[in-house]
Amino acid sequence: MGFRSPLGRAIGAGSAKSGFEHWWGQRVSAAGLGLLGLWFVVSILGVDLGDHAAVSAWIASMPHATLLILLVVTLLYHSNLGINVVLEDYVHGGKLVFSLAVVRFVHVVMAVAAIYSIVKLSLGVQA
Amino acid sequence: MAQANRPLSPHLGIYRWQVSNTLSILHRMSGMFLTLGALVLTAWLVAAASGAPAYAALAGLLKSPLGMLALFGWSLAFFYHLCNGIRHLFWDAGRGFTIPGSRATGWTAVIAAGVLTLAFWVVVLTGSGS
Repeated sequence: MGFRSPLGRAIGAGSAKSGFEHWWGQRVSAAGLGLLGLWFVVSILGVDLGDHAAVSAWIASMPHATLLILLVVTLLYHSNLGINVVLEDYVHGGKLVFSLAVVRFVHVVMAVAAIYSIVKLSLGVQA
Repeated sequence: MAQANRPLSPHLGIYRWQVSNTLSILHRMSGMFLTLGALVLTAWLVAAASGAPAYAALAGLLKSPLGMLALFGWSLAFFYHLCNGIRHLFWDAGRGFTIPGSRATGWTAVIAAGVLTLAFWVVVLTGSGS
């Protein structure tokens, strides 16, 4: 990536000496989400969303299962970073630390639940 | 030390409302709304994996008028955040900073989001996707 000087990168320079990963990760996940999100929105048009068996089969089959896991991870990573930026603007001090932790916790729970569900359907385990 | 009556830099009230700040605010709002959408996407996957009764309950909720309105909102938020996000990526690469240019790309993003949302719902409601 060409946004930093080699020296700046080596000594960890920057206004706060850190935070570049956050900025860069938000951009990279944005680009990934553009592709994965469009794939998802176009693909679900071909699925009968009222039919549980059809939906389950669609989620479970390849390459949908893999792409859905990638979508969920990228989406929740990007969402967590985005909500962080909003919180950093409006919440301060100890409340900020606490709310960042809560938001990350919720995102991790969503990611685990979503990935577990996709894998479960994909491996054909009946509920 | 906190001083009363210290001169302040111009705040929001002094600026004229315009396209650039409206779209910026909408980008943030659509992003936050899409986080709620991520919650529904997760619920959709969990419900599908939990069996037919759980799935039917969620599908019934989303098929209600309020559910459909929310889904329409999420589709609009998705397409807007996508189109305006592409604008942001160009700015991050140092392009598109002129005032007429950013106004033009801003309106382009709004129109593209509207067209994509309408196209999406036309396919959904006419059932031409399946």
